[in-house]
Amino acid sequence: MPKLFCLLLIALASFAAQAKEAAPLATDPALEARVMAVAEELRCLVCQNETIAASHADLAIDLRQQIREQLVQGRTPTQIIDYMVVRYGEFVRYRPAFEATTALLWLGPFALLLIAAGAMWRTIKQRRAVPVAAELSTAQSQRLRQLLGTEGDKV
Amino acid sequence: MKRYLLPLIAFAVLVGFLAIGLRLKPSEIPSPFIGKPAPSFSLPTLAAPDKQLSVADLRGQVWLLNVWASWCVACREEHALMVELAKTHAVPIYGLNYKDKRDDALGWLNQFGDPYVVSLSDTRGLVGIDYGVYGVPETFIIDKAGVIRHKLIGPVTPDLIREVILPMVKKLNA
Repeated sequence: MPKLFCLLLIALASFAAQAKEAAPLATDPALEARVMAVAEELRCLVCQNETIAASHADLAIDLRQQIREQLVQGRTPTQIIDYMVVRYGEFVRYRPAFEATTALLWLGPFALLLIAAGAMWRTIKQRRAVPVAAELSTAQSQRLRQLLGTEGDKV
Repeated sequence: MKRYLLPLIAFAVLVGFLAIGLRLKPSEIPSPFIGKPAPSFSLPTLAAPDKQLSVADLRGQVWLLNVWASWCVACREEHALMVELAKTHAVPIYGLNYKDKRDDALGWLNQFGDPYVVSLSDTRGLVGIDYGVYGVPETFIIDKAGVIRHKLIGPVTPDLIREVILPMVKKLNA
């Protein structure tokens, strides 16, 4: 009886293993880490805010397989990323290269920061330059007293 | 007056950017292949897997490469239009049957009609990767020299056929 129970347990365990998400195809964890390192650099075109490493899209799975095969063939990560760029365009880089078309993307935030800093500096300078209230002339003081209907000392 | 003008201008610029942003289609990524030779392939045909067809065999004519699959819902949407387009004989349409099972693909063509001169089986999707396919259906317009001239991502519409595909085919054939 315990033997039967054991068998049943093993059968169930293997069933559970099957139900799990598709395991990475490379059993070599070192290779898998390298695959993921390359995949982190590539954008999934189906779900554009995800990397190929993070995405569950079919295409991402296929592309991870491509990376895996090419790494096994001895190609370098740079070669593999170039291979993807040739096919999917610059957009596939999760970290865009610095080029004429991406210059605004890279420099824009700093330019905005500079503009904002400049505006702030100007405003502060202008506020500082506001003159301290000028002394009233004798005539003005008299007029003020008249308007307020008060005695001179109280002003 | 100037105090109000500046924020107003800033707001107008912002509205301008947002208006442009609304019209962009971020899912349509410009293909790096436009103006470049169509990547070569040699694939078994769907109808007769023992026969192969390569890009080189198609030189000398303007043709469409339509990437489709029986599991692709949007393909069903455009398929009737492809059948219509094929009937006009305006341009030969070649199918790239992407990551599909042969039986499913044949059944699908049987059911919905077959607009393709030939369909090619890209069972593992490797030619799809070579062509930068990421959203089936996709349609490439390829000229007589085998250069990709245009790529349509997503299902074609009557407007796209009338305003993009047919004029371009005509121009390339001239």
